[in-house]
Amino acid sequence: MRKALPYLLSLPALLMCIGILIPFFTAVYYSMLRYRLNLPAMKGFIWFDNYINFFTDPKFWNTLKISLIYAGLTVVLELILGLVIALLLQKRSRVNNFVSILLLLPLMTAPALAALMWKLMTNPNFGILSYLVSLIGFPDMKWGSDPSTALFTVVLVDMWVYTPFMMILLLAGLRSLPTAPFEAAALDGVPRSFVFFRITLPMLMPYLLTATLFRLLDSIQQFDIIYAMTQGGPGDKLLVFQVQAYLDFFQATNVGRSAALMIILWAITYFLSNIFIKQWLKLRERAHGAA
Amino acid sequence: MDHTSTFERILRGILLALVVLFFMFPIFWILLMSFQTNESILRMPPSVFFTPTFDNYIALVTGEMRTAAGSLQLNFMQNLWNSVLLSTTSVAVALVLGVPAAYAFARFKFRLGEDIAFTLLSFRFAPPLLVLLPLSLYFKSLGLTNTYIGLIWVYQLICLPLILWIVRGYFEDLSPDIEHAHRIAGYSWFQTFRKIAVPLALPGIAAAGLLAFIFSWNNFVFALVLASADKQPVTVGALAFVTASGIQYGQIAAAIVMSVIPTFVLAMFAQRYLVEGLSLGAVKG
Repeated sequence: MRKALPYLLSLPALLMCIGILIPFFTAVYYSMLRYRLNLPAMKGFIWFDNYINFFTDPKFWNTLKISLIYAGLTVVLELILGLVIALLLQKRSRVNNFVSILLLLPLMTAPALAALMWKLMTNPNFGILSYLVSLIGFPDMKWGSDPSTALFTVVLVDMWVYTPFMMILLLAGLRSLPTAPFEAAALDGVPRSFVFFRITLPMLMPYLLTATLFRLLDSIQQFDIIYAMTQGGPGDKLLVFQVQAYLDFFQATNVGRSAALMIILWAITYFLSNIFIKQWLKLRERAHGAA
Repeated sequence: MDHTSTFERILRGILLALVVLFFMFPIFWILLMSFQTNESILRMPPSVFFTPTFDNYIALVTGEMRTAAGSLQLNFMQNLWNSVLLSTTSVAVALVLGVPAAYAFARFKFRLGEDIAFTLLSFRFAPPLLVLLPLSLYFKSLGLTNTYIGLIWVYQLICLPLILWIVRGYFEDLSPDIEHAHRIAGYSWFQTFRKIAVPLALPGIAAAGLLAFIFSWNNFVFALVLASADKQPVTVGALAFVTASGIQYGQIAAAIVMSVIPTFVLAMFAQRYLVEGLSLGAVKG
């Protein structure tokens, strides 16, 4: 009984796992099929042809490129902005605490709804942002529906939602740093840029890494914001992995291609999450003591 | 720390004001829009001065939208109800399954234990559509498409990892000594778990539950793939509403406001635990 107990306790959660693992293996199998819902007669096992076809498929390279650009841009911008805000709010004061609570609100907004909010604000006919940019010399900005500004628009929405995530993780990190090195540096009259680059940043590194990897894992899979804002358009401008797979599945009904695309994205996130989990465990042990 | 110059204090103030402006303005503006008629929204230049109206909210609540072309049925309240039902039930199920498992992972070192815990964690990071697309075909053959049960089941992908890892951290922070003492006094492990461990970890369990609720509420892609209009939560419903109503901007804004209020309110309650929850227990606030 004593031996079986932990298994019994985790069994229900484990069963839930298995229920989800079946579709995962199905996805692997589908990715090796020529499988179109509209042409069931053509269904057949083709080994790795779906993957091999990607090499010569400009649509695939476009998807990979857009996904990487999107993830890279959002994570770097959110990291810098999040760090700046965390430094601004570092000192505990009533105003700072109030602001840090206010900044939780965008993070608590469903990303799909956040995209709708920004869609209303960037409407070319009445959107407040369209009006404001027209005052400073951009009279016909089309935001999400213009190929040249679509990426900028969704990155802006992503920043609005997720910068607070970076901020609160880094703020918690900053506030947990030991104070002794900073006091010593202040006594010795060390310049503040030196303190920042040689003391603050290195000590904050585990938090920066965890936050960055966390966001990178989510951002490379972004779906909600992009789909709600432009559905991957205009043209192929925002066809990131999950949006492309969704459209392949439901519009082109090309199950095989869609599954292969998701397996590739899964491989990328699996690789990233292994690095992430190591980093995350280190921080977690620090927070909870050795497990 | 205190020898900051006046110049620096002003600079900090300006930066902070800009930060608050960027993050709060969209919420403020959508709130204003939700109290405006379409004519007032479409007026150029935009203005913060208008006669407020509750018509948008009334239309959403009564489910009837009167337009120049006649009246149109809305089922936004159904979406809102679906969100409440799906999020609440999913969190309840995840707590029942997740809390005992979290306790097992925290208290017993057992073979496969860490493997199971990490498999559950890996769900948090796998692309949702990887599982959802094949699942949509399975659901069709199982008759689970567009059912609450089917949706609650896949919502466990969001809730379980979150609850498991946060609650596990809370159990690990509790000293096992009290539980040992209780066991020696002759109680079964289950009585100990129920009477000692769970009550002591309750703040953590509550926080994990609130967070899981927020994440379920905000989820979009699961219901987009697996549900039709009558089972869709607000996130998917609002998007469909935009397509259906097209130009009823005031009502879209009101729908957004009603959809975000629950998560905003809960976030204020869970605020203390938010940092820990969002980092899956890696950072303490």
